Amino acid sequence: MFGLSMKTIYLLIPLSPLAGAIIAGLFGWKIGKVGAHVVTILGVTVSFVLSAFVVLPDVLAGHVFNGPVYTWGVSGNIPMEIGFLIDPLSALMMTVVSFVSLMVHIYTIGYMRDDPGYQRFFSYIALFTFSMLILVMSNNFLQLFFGWEAVGVMSYLLIGFWFTRESAIVANLKAFLVNRIGDFGFILGIAAIYYYFGTLDYGAVFAMAPQFTDKVVQVFPGLDWNVLTLIAILLFVGAMGKSAQVPLHVWLPDSMEGPTPISALIHAATMVTAGVFMVARMSPLYELSETALSVVIVIGAVTAISMALLGIVQNDIKRVVAYSTLSQLGYMMVALGASAYAAGIFHLMTHAFFKALLFLAAGSVIIALHHEQDMRKMGGLKKYMPITFITAWIGALALAGIPPFAGFFSKDMIIEAVHLSQVPGSGFAYIAVLSGVFVTALYTFRMLFLTFEGKPRMDEHALRHVKESPWVVTVPLILLAIPSFIIGALMVEPLLFENYFGDSIKVLAAHDVVAQLGRQYEGLWSFVSHALVSAPFLLAVGGIFTAWLLYIRYPHLPDLISKRTRMVYTILVNKYFADEFNNFVFAGGTRIFGRWLWKIGDVKLIDGLAVNGTARVIGWISAVIRHVQSGYVYHYAFAMILGLFLLITFFLHG
Amino acid sequence: MTFEMPNILPAVPEIFVFSMACVILIVDLFLSERRRIVSYLLAQATLIGAAILTFKLMVSEPVFTFSNMFVADRLADVLKLAIYAVTASVFVYSRDYLRTRGMYRGEYFVLGLFGVVGMMIIVSAGHFLTLYLGLELLALSLYAMVAFQRDSSQATEAAMKYFVLGAMASGMLLYGMSILYGVTGNLEIAAVRRALAGMDADNVMLIFGLVFVIVGIAFKLGAVPFHMWVPDVYHGAPTSVTLYIGTAPKLAAFALVIRLLIGGLENLAASWQDILVILAVLSMGVGNVIAIAQDNIKRMLAYSSISHMGFFLLGILSATPNGYSSAMFYVLIYAVMSLGSFGMIILLSRSGFEAERLEDFKGLNQRSPWYALLMLILMFSMAGVPPTVGFYAKLLVIQAVIGVGMVPLAIVAVLFAVIGAYYYLRIIKLMYFDEAEDKTPIVAGGDVRLLMGVNVMLLLAIMPWIGVIIDLCSQAIKQLS
Repeated sequence: MFGLSMKTIYLLIPLSPLAGAIIAGLFGWKIGKVGAHVVTILGVTVSFVLSAFVVLPDVLAGHVFNGPVYTWGVSGNIPMEIGFLIDPLSALMMTVVSFVSLMVHIYTIGYMRDDPGYQRFFSYIALFTFSMLILVMSNNFLQLFFGWEAVGVMSYLLIGFWFTRESAIVANLKAFLVNRIGDFGFILGIAAIYYYFGTLDYGAVFAMAPQFTDKVVQVFPGLDWNVLTLIAILLFVGAMGKSAQVPLHVWLPDSMEGPTPISALIHAATMVTAGVFMVARMSPLYELSETALSVVIVIGAVTAISMALLGIVQNDIKRVVAYSTLSQLGYMMVALGASAYAAGIFHLMTHAFFKALLFLAAGSVIIALHHEQDMRKMGGLKKYMPITFITAWIGALALAGIPPFAGFFSKDMIIEAVHLSQVPGSGFAYIAVLSGVFVTALYTFRMLFLTFEGKPRMDEHALRHVKESPWVVTVPLILLAIPSFIIGALMVEPLLFENYFGDSIKVLAAHDVVAQLGRQYEGLWSFVSHALVSAPFLLAVGGIFTAWLLYIRYPHLPDLISKRTRMVYTILVNKYFADEFNNFVFAGGTRIFGRWLWKIGDVKLIDGLAVNGTARVIGWISAVIRHVQSGYVYHYAFAMILGLFLLITFFLHG
Repeated sequence: MTFEMPNILPAVPEIFVFSMACVILIVDLFLSERRRIVSYLLAQATLIGAAILTFKLMVSEPVFTFSNMFVADRLADVLKLAIYAVTASVFVYSRDYLRTRGMYRGEYFVLGLFGVVGMMIIVSAGHFLTLYLGLELLALSLYAMVAFQRDSSQATEAAMKYFVLGAMASGMLLYGMSILYGVTGNLEIAAVRRALAGMDADNVMLIFGLVFVIVGIAFKLGAVPFHMWVPDVYHGAPTSVTLYIGTAPKLAAFALVIRLLIGGLENLAASWQDILVILAVLSMGVGNVIAIAQDNIKRMLAYSSISHMGFFLLGILSATPNGYSSAMFYVLIYAVMSLGSFGMIILLSRSGFEAERLEDFKGLNQRSPWYALLMLILMFSMAGVPPTVGFYAKLLVIQAVIGVGMVPLAIVAVLFAVIGAYYYLRIIKLMYFDEAEDKTPIVAGGDVRLLMGVNVMLLLAIMPWIGVIIDLCSQAIKQLS
C-alpha cells in the first residue's frame, strides 16, 4: 500500500498516535484546542485505518510477522528489542483498540469542550493509545512490560486528570498502589521466565515451554512447585492487577473519578482487558499448567458474580457500569481458565464495543445533567435524549445477553465452554457465571429504567436545560451501537469455529472446549433458537423482568427489600468491606511497620548512628588533620623524609 | 669511533615545539601589550602543528632512536595528543584571566610550551636520563609559572615551597635511579628490565632504590605523604597556572609511572604493589577527608586531586595490563574533569574577584542556570555518579583491583569515594539551594564559553565511545611488553 513495506506500516500504527500526542502535548499551547484534537484524531485515524484495512486483511491472508524492528541495547546477553508479533490475535486487538480510541477521541471534543486541560487530555489519550498498541503488538516480554507500565502510567495520569479534586488524587494513588502489587507479581514472572528460559522472546519461550513441564522449583522450603505453574501464576497476578480481579479490584470503581471518556476507553474497553489479552497471548504457557488454569477460572468466577452483585446497589451511574466492567472481566477470565481463549477474546471484543457505548451514553447523560451522576436524581430522560436512549438500550441488551445483540453470543459461548470444561473449579465457575447472567440483566436494566424511564426526579432548573448532546457525542454513540448490535452474530463463526486465531492461541486437545462447541454447533439460526429455551436466556429475561417489577411497576419495593435484608444490603453497599479491610490490615499494618522502621531503623540507627554519626566523626577527623598542613616548608619536608623512612623500614623488615 | 646521525624523525614534534617556544620568546619581545594576541596565537599554532606532526608520524610498532634513549610508540602518541589538547584548552581558558590581571605576557605561553616539551620527553623516554631530563624541564617551567605573579606574596611563597620540596623529591628520584644503576649496571629502561629478569627481587639494594624512585614519583603525583605541596601550590598559584599544573602534568606523571615501574621495574611488581597500596589508601583517605574541611575551592580541588591520584594508583597496583589501561583511562578522564573544574573557576572570576571560595558558588543557578548545570555535571563526574564518564573511570579501576583479588582494597576505595561525594555534592547544594550573594552577571568570551560547553558535555557525550577509548588505552599498554 502506497509503496510502504509492511514493516513501515507496523511502525506507523503505534507511532502516529505518539506523534499526535507529542505535538498536542508539547505544542498544545501554540496549536490551540482545534489543532490538538485534529493532530491526535488524525494520528489515531491512521492507526485505525492501517490496522483494520491493511494489517487485518494481510493477517487473514496468512501473513504472520514476528521479528525485531529495532535493537535498543544489549545488557548481559538479553537483547532489548522493539519487536512486533503481528498475528490474528494482535491484529484483532489493534483494530479494536484503535477503533474504540478513535470513537473516544471524537466524543471527547464534545465532552471536554470547556475544560482548561483540553490539549493535555488529548495528548494523554493519544499517548495511551500508543502504549496500548505497543503492548498488544509486542513480541517479547520486555516490550510487553513497557507497554504494560506505560498504559498504567497513562491510567494514573488520567484518573487524576482533575488533579485539584481531592477524590481524584486519592483514586489515582489507589490505582497506582494496587497496580504496583499486581506488577510486582508480573515482573517476578518475567524474571522467572528469563531465569529459566534465558530469553524474553515469546516465540523462543513458547517453543521451550514443553520441556519444562516436569521441572519443579522450591518456592519455600518443603514446598515444590512446577516452574510453569509458578510463572503462569505470577504473570496472572499482574493480570489481576491490570484487569481488576478480586482481590485487586478495588481500584477500578474509584477510577471513575476520571473524565468519562477515560472510563470508556481505559477502564472498560482497552487497558483493563490487557490482562485478558496477556493470558490469551501466553496460552502456550497456561495450557501446560492445570493448576494455573484452575486459579484463573476460580478468580474469574468469584469476580464475575461478586462484582455483579455490587452493581445492584450502586446509585452512581458510572459506578454501576464500572462494577459491570469488573464482572464482565471476570467472565473473560473464566473463559481463559476454561481454555476457551477464543471465547474470552471474543467477549473482550464485543464487550469493548458495548461497554464503551454504555459509558459514553452515561457520559452523554452526565453532560446533559451538568455533571450529575446520581441515578436517584435522573429518570424520564428518554423524551429529551432519544439518541442516547436508543443507543443505551442497545448497549444494555448487549450486556444483558439478549439475542441477537453482540453480548449474547460471546457470553453464551463462555457459559457453554465452562459447562464443558474439566478444569478443577469449573463446576463452581459454571454456577457463578450462570447466576451472574440474572444479576447482570437486573443491574443493567435497573440503571436503564432509573435513568430513562419513570418520572423525572431532578429539580426544575436542571430539567429545563436537559437536551440531546451535540453530534460529536452522538455520532460515536451510533458508531459504537452498530458493532454492539451486529458484531456478535457476524463474528461468532469465523472467530470461534473457523480457526481464526490459528497458531496465535494454543490449546491442548484435552482442554479444547471450543472445538467441542464447534462440533455441537449447527449454524447461527439453530444456535439462536436453541438458546431461546436455554437457562442463560431465561435468566437474562428474568433479570430484566425483575428490574421492571422493582423499578417501574412497584418502585417502593427496593427500599422495602433493602430494609428487610439489612445485613446483606450493608455488606453490598460497603463493597464486602474490601476497602476497610485493605485500609486497616494492609495500609494500617504497613504504616505501623513503616513507623517502626522510621523511628528505630532510620532515625536512630541509620541517620543517628550510621549517617550522621560517621559524618560527624569524619568531619571531626578532617578538622583535626588539616592542621598537619601547617604551611611551614620544613614540616612538609619532614613529612616526606618520614614517609620515606617508614616505607624503607617497612620493606626492609617486612 | 664513528658518529652516526641518529634517526631524528620520531623526535620531530619535540624539536618543533621547542623551536617554536624559542621563536615565541623572541617574537614576544617586539610585541606591544595590545598585540600580545600574536604570542597566544603562535602558541596555539605550535600545539596544533605538533598535533599534526605527531599524528603524521604515528607508528604502529615502537621505534627507538638516540641510542634507545627515546621511544615513539602508541602510548607516547596518545598521551602527547592528549597533552596538546589539554594545554591548548588551558591557554584558551587562561587568556582573559591573564589579561584582566596584568599577567598577559608571552612568558606564560613560552613556559607553558617548555613544560609541554618536558612532558613530551617524559612520555617518550626510553632511558632514566631522558626521563629525568624531561622531568626537570617540566618542573622548572612549573616553578617559574607558579611565581608568575611576582608581587603576590602568596604565589611567591607557593613557588618557594614547591621549588624546595621539588628539589628534594628530584634528588630522591635521582638517588633511587643511581642505586638501580649500581645494581643493574644500566640506565636504559629496556636494559634494566632485562637485567632484573635474572635477579632476585628481594635484593635489599633493589628495594632501597625502588623506594626512592617511588618517593620521587609519588611527589610528582601528589600522593600522600608526599602531597604537602599540592594544596599550597594549587591555592597560591594564579588560577590559570593551577589549571595548567592540575591537568597536563598528570598525564606526564602517568607516563612516568608507566615507563619506570612498568617499563623498567615490572619484575619488582610484588614489592611496589605493596608500597602503592599504602600510598593509594593514604591518598584516597587523606585527600577525601581533608577536602571536606576546606572552604577554598582551589584547595578543595587540590585535595580532590590527591584522592583521584589514589584511585589512579589502584589501576597501576593491580599490575595487570587491564589495570594499566584502566589507570590510563582514569588519568585521561581526570585531566578533562580537572580542566573543566578549574576552567569554571576562571570563568566565574573577574578582575579583583577570584571566585575561589565555596561561597562564591552560592546561588549560581540563579545567576546562570547553564553554568550551574555544567558545574553540576563536573561535580557528578568527579564524584563518580553515573551516567557521567567519571563513574566509568572509577568502575574500571575498581574492577581491575577486584580482578586481582584485592576485594578489601576495593571496598575501602568505594567507601572513600562515598566520603568524597560529600564535598562535591556540597558545591551542588550551594549552587542550587542557596541564595546568591553576588548578582553580578557572568561575562566570558565566546571561545571560552564554547570550550567550556564542549569540555563538560564531553563527560556525557563520550559515553557511546567509551569502548573505543578503552581499546585505545589497552592497545597502548599492550605495546609496552
